[in-house]
Formats: sequence, structure tokens, C-alpha cells
Amino acid sequence: MKVLYFAWLKQKIGAAEEEVAPPPEVVDVAGFLDWLSARSPRHRQALAHRSVVRVAVNQSYAQPNHPVRHGDEIALFPPVTGG
Amino acid sequence: MIRVQEADFDLGTELARFATGDRSVGGIACFVGLVRDMAGGQPVAAMTLEHYPGMTEKMLAEIEAEARTRWPLADSLIIHRYGRLLPGERIVLVATASAHRQAALEACQFLIDWLKTKAPFWKLEARPDGQAEWVEAKESDDHAADRWSGE
Repeated sequence: MKVLYFAWLKQKIGAAEEEVAPPPEVVDVAGFLDWLSARSPRHRQALAHRSVVRVAVNQSYAQPNHPVRHGDEIALFPPVTGG
Repeated sequence: MIRVQEADFDLGTELARFATGDRSVGGIACFVGLVRDMAGGQPVAAMTLEHYPGMTEKMLAEIEAEARTRWPLADSLIIHRYGRLLPGERIVLVATASAHRQAALEACQFLIDWLKTKAPFWKLEARPDGQAEWVEAKESDDHAADRWSGE
């Protein structure tokens, strides 16, 4: 699946996007963030404060219990500040 | 109609051609958001707006559709810019047209309030010394958006 990063999450991770292949036991957003955090110190640091990380699955906001599947586009970003 | 663009827009042109030809329209309301030269007591030299292409358009369309279920709108328009903007430049235009002013004014405020908390845009403010900081989401914006919940 594809992960996209925006704003300071992109800076902390050091990439705008990456392809990842989590194991089958990763079934929802919460599990995905846990798995992603363990990928590198950069990921762990970027995702340290979950309360300021918003998640979208296939371009819709997703809660921690939202399912994730192979082929999904998962975006991680801080609370939005447009307008 | 939704437009997400890097280029500026001309207010007169946009409003002049908005909701034309519909003689049921009795009023047009609009909100224009600008880049301020100060933020939190700090001078702002420039602001860079990042967004999530694809999801931005999707969320703006959802917000617009929600407004149209709540108010009898003849037309609505959201133009939101991205990229590097200088103080005084236009960031966003929201316009609504309805038979009566109350629907147009309320829907316009609803659209900008919801847009601020739901559309995936992020502002990076640059100071005159070259330092840049991501703008943090404001609790007051959440409260403004929450006002429209449960109605």
C-alpha cells in the first residue's frame, strides 16, 4: 500500500510518500500506525504524538478502528489549517 | 463549483459571473480569506499552502453538498489557492447564492467554518529572517465548525 505524508510529518519522515507492505496481522489504522512507527527512528519520532496525527484512508478521514487493506492509499497529516 | 488552483482569482470577475441567469436569486454572500502580515505577534513574510490533491477536491465537494442539503442554494462556489502567497494575497473565496439573504449568509459562514477544519490544507508561515513554521490548528476553528453540528 501507498503512504503519503504532508506538512511537518513529511519533513520528519523525510519523504512525501513510500510503498509499504505490512504483515497480514495489521488490519486497522491503529495497528498500521503501530507497525509504521517501528520502521525507523524517524517514523517513531514523527508518529510519537498520535493526537496530532490525522489519518485518511483512500482520501476519507479514518478513525483508529478503520480497516486497512492491501492497495489502500493511506495519508498521514497534522490537523488541517486551510481557509 | 470547486476550484483548487495556484493562480490568483479576480474577485470582480468571479462574482459578476456567479449565479447569473437565475432570476430566483435574491442575494449573494461571499467570504474572501487573505494572508495577514502578522500571526501570533510575529511578522509574516510569506505563507506556503500545501494540500492533498484529490482529497482536497473530494472534501470540498462533500462540504459543498452538505451546505446544499441544509440551505436552499441556487449556486455555490469555493476557490482555494495553494502554493506560496504573500501578505495581502487572496487565499480563498466562498460564495453562495439564494433567494433570500439569510440562507446565503448562513451557508457562506458554514462553508468557510467547515472548510477550515475538514479540507486538507496546511499553512507554512515564513518569517522575515527566513525561519518557517507550520501553523497549528486553532481550537476556536473547531468550535466555529462545531456550532453547525446537531442542527
